[in-house]
Amino acid sequence: MASLSVKHLLGIKYLNEKDIQLIFETADHFKEVINRSIKKVPSLRDITIANIFFENSTRTRLSFELAEKRLSADVINFSASQSSVKKGETLIDTVNNILSMKVDMVVMRHPNPGAGIFLSKHVDAAIINAGDGAHEHPTQALLDSYSIREKLGDVAGKKVVIVGDILHSRVALSNIFALKLQGAEVKVCGPKTLIPKHIESLGVEVEADLRKALNWCDVANMLRVQNERMEINYFPTTREYTQQYGINKPLLNSLDKEIVIMHPGPINRGVEITSDVADSSQSIILNQVENGVAIRMAVIYLLASQIK
Amino acid sequence: MSQKVLLSSKEIHIILHRLACQLLENHLDFKNTVLIGLQPRGSFLAQRLAKILKEEYKVQGIQLGLLDITFYRDDFRRGEKPLEASTTKIDFIVEGKNVVLIDDVLYTGRSIRAALTAIQSFGRPQEIELLALIDRRFSRHLPIQPNYRGRQVDAINDEKVKVMWEENEGKDVVYLVNK
Repeated sequence: MASLSVKHLLGIKYLNEKDIQLIFETADHFKEVINRSIKKVPSLRDITIANIFFENSTRTRLSFELAEKRLSADVINFSASQSSVKKGETLIDTVNNILSMKVDMVVMRHPNPGAGIFLSKHVDAAIINAGDGAHEHPTQALLDSYSIREKLGDVAGKKVVIVGDILHSRVALSNIFALKLQGAEVKVCGPKTLIPKHIESLGVEVEADLRKALNWCDVANMLRVQNERMEINYFPTTREYTQQYGINKPLLNSLDKEIVIMHPGPINRGVEITSDVADSSQSIILNQVENGVAIRMAVIYLLASQIK
Repeated sequence: MSQKVLLSSKEIHIILHRLACQLLENHLDFKNTVLIGLQPRGSFLAQRLAKILKEEYKVQGIQLGLLDITFYRDDFRRGEKPLEASTTKIDFIVEGKNVVLIDDVLYTGRSIRAALTAIQSFGRPQEIELLALIDRRFSRHLPIQPNYRGRQVDAINDEKVKVMWEENEGKDVVYLVNK
């Protein structure tokens, strides 16, 4: 059987198409496992994993922890707010101290882009990037593509529009890499201030008009406006943003075809998406969350199998 | 590398019918019995036995499941490559049932050990039995013996038993291969 071409999951940028297919096929098996009455397998009983979160997270953290426990790994959790980081300890020191306690794998979320890559060069453990600033969030992109594959049969040839705050979104960047790698067509849509310059160089098109974008696509991935990363105002008011780039039921119903609605969470109901759309039958938001556990189990399993 | 025929297609045919009769003798109407083929190679044997029981012995409603044991194996991270999983397909409840685990070759017994753990994820069976087409005695690492065996073989560790099925490889035959 094939192995992953990488030792760490730092970003989709470092994966190839075969890696993604291998992760998906492995996730298929784990999806069956987590739907059993006893949802646990003993594969990783001799592996210890540290979840190190320097930034807030609900879904990703719970999802990783659940995936690790379903694989029978030992898990330790660490969040920066309750740690010695506040006392001035450096990242490498913090992680090396954790690793001295015989930890095999580190799942890390960090506000600085490239934190995972930096760490992978300095410490001796498999690193999984659970989000590094506005850079990448690879497991989210994998579960998004996996959910598209589950809903529509395949990712290749599908048209996906990513709507909203592309500038601050690691989900957008990882998704663009993942979707392009699998042969999907990608457009991004949002206020000009929130679309990065030169994004066309990644092979995506920019569409300013939400209705046009939605009429074009098979799947719309709605992103949250990341106010916590904004130091200046990128648009006049939230109300105006919603009018231009929010999706609601009348807009959805007026389209030529039925499209699939995704959202990586957390949702700001009534801003980028209204409740009746988020809870509609076209939305696969909760399937994404379920698939997140299976995808993370697959990634952890495949990376752990390379630890000697 | 040389190989010799251990069982011909005709011998396999006879053995399968004998095994089916032995199962029938112990389980009669299969009301509370389920057959579980171990993926990937045991599933062919399990499907074949279920077919014989259904078509030739008119047993109705045989429950057949396929169990993948990859995630329960004890050699994770000990080989070069990751262990590749197959599909598990058990769409009935195992709780309180008589389970017959079915595999083509019983060698070290480690797969069966994994299967005994894996099957617990689907409930607590009343009883578990083991059926193997080829029993390589003297090579066991664990205290596991089959309840039903097709043929006992005294193969040494350098030798490999290769079971081929008509539906997969084009003909029914069992080889003993010298590595």
